[in-house]
Amino acid sequence: MNNILFDIRNLSYSVLKKEILHSLSLKIYEGDYLSIIGPNGSGKTTLIKCLIKINKTADDKIYFKNVPIEKVTQKKLAAQISYVPQVNEQSFSFTSREFVMLARYPHLSRFTSITTKDRDAVRDALNLTKTTQFADRSLNTLSGGEKQMVFIAAALAQGGKVILLDEPATFLDPKHENDIYEILKTIHQKTNKTIVTVTHNINSAILYSDKIALLKNGEIVYCGDSDKITENNILQDAYDKKFTFIKHPTCNKSIILPEVL
Amino acid sequence: MIKNKKLVLLFFSILAGLTVILTPFIGMETIPFDTILHFGDSSIKSDIFWRIRVPRVLIAFIVGLALSIGGMTFQAMFRNSLATPFTLGVSSGAAFGAALYVKMGIIFSLAGITGQTIFAFIGALITITIVYLLSKIKKGFSVGTMLLAGVAINFFFSSFILFIQFMSDFTHSFRIMRWLMGGFEVIGYTDIYNILPFILVGTLIIVLLSTELNLLTLGEDLAISRGVNVNRIKTILFIATSLMVGGIISVVGPIGFVGMMIPHISRLIIGQDHRYLVVLNIIFGGSFLVLCDTLSRILIAPAEIPVGVITALLGGPFFIWLLITNSNNNTTI
Repeated sequence: MNNILFDIRNLSYSVLKKEILHSLSLKIYEGDYLSIIGPNGSGKTTLIKCLIKINKTADDKIYFKNVPIEKVTQKKLAAQISYVPQVNEQSFSFTSREFVMLARYPHLSRFTSITTKDRDAVRDALNLTKTTQFADRSLNTLSGGEKQMVFIAAALAQGGKVILLDEPATFLDPKHENDIYEILKTIHQKTNKTIVTVTHNINSAILYSDKIALLKNGEIVYCGDSDKITENNILQDAYDKKFTFIKHPTCNKSIILPEVL
Repeated sequence: MIKNKKLVLLFFSILAGLTVILTPFIGMETIPFDTILHFGDSSIKSDIFWRIRVPRVLIAFIVGLALSIGGMTFQAMFRNSLATPFTLGVSSGAAFGAALYVKMGIIFSLAGITGQTIFAFIGALITITIVYLLSKIKKGFSVGTMLLAGVAINFFFSSFILFIQFMSDFTHSFRIMRWLMGGFEVIGYTDIYNILPFILVGTLIIVLLSTELNLLTLGEDLAISRGVNVNRIKTILFIATSLMVGGIISVVGPIGFVGMMIPHISRLIIGQDHRYLVVLNIIFGGSFLVLCDTLSRILIAPAEIPVGVITALLGGPFFIWLLITNSNNNTTI
């Protein structure tokens, strides 16, 4: 068994007095490829934002490598955990290279400039994600899929052991969606990083990740192997809906078939 | 955007150098070059040059640079070109502080800093806190709402200033009004000494935090995830901006729109990397205000137009242009 990276113990979290997460407990291990799924409003995004202190939580609820995260400075945390937000419509006039270089922030000290190590990290990240070709183009000029790749490149360049992703492929066409999952698989296998994604797409969670955590109303109702999520009406109960499953012809995992209405 | 950033900076540095060297000769009285070399004899022209024009150009330069990087800082933090200390009401808060000090009639200074400056600083800091708390109350408080709040704050403090004027005698009231127009007419070296520490400290802080400013333009969430202690950095930047705005307002009055126009144009020229942007704002902002002030001296000579009037005349249409070109995009920088 690998070491525990994140140990979440009885985490409750409220936004505007409304409790989103109800004493949620979850362990994430080193080397995991975990998908967090769940109905709308179940608290998926809220949860991963807690893991990097975008959402500030109460003391002693989340441990990262056995240390409560509120005791770790933001910069030290960022050196180990990177985050890819939901693809947003915001415009950034930075070039891709500038944007990826900004992710080196946790490794810079105030009075020294960018080192060769930083440049190498940026170059490698751009190469691995195949975004070198638009390194000097402004992010504003890229398509949604290209932009998402650059965001993943930035997360890589940040150099941590964990990458958290919020809906990495939701608004992308099938090709770009595949590209994203393929690159995540490569990152997971080649660099042995821990990957945690929040997603709406149950099939991609089953097919690409090793583990799935299923959230409903701010509580974990399932956490385990991704291919067992289709058993025992787990999904039916969580989503309040009947599902039709079919064996995927090449990988023998059960996936969801769209309904005929 | 121009790719070769160093070349841009070199070009603007030369421009700034020329501006600072040449403009003191220009005014109601054009001063021939050889007169300024006679330090000893107190010819009127040499006096005008050394005692009036030079300090005036210097203060216009440092005020211009401070307004520009203050504006740049706000634009980065609020992620919108329309959000500046002036448009969000911080300047009027500082002006109210200064006017209140004048009206109270007490005179004090602290460590060589006049009470008027301290009052203006406190006014700026209080307003910034109000603006920041407003933006925090509701997540996703839109920039449009922020600006409307700024308008309300402006009205609020303007009314207070009007009230102070109303309660004052005639000459006093005129002095406040004239000061509110913003200008450099009665500037001497002491004013520079008074304002310089504020601007040096503020500028130094902002220059040192230029990488953090880059990250803040990505939005709070991303900045946090990249390791920025957002709350602390924002607090430091707010204090730095308050220092500069308070210092400026107490000495030369509110000068609007420089902090909106210059950072925006600079960004179009050199891009969004604040490590370069801050330098361009310093040299461009400084020389821009020196030029505006030169215009204010010569346009209706022998009388003078307050420089705040000139910047507002340029800035009003610019503001509307920004509103139109960015209307369909919430994040405009």
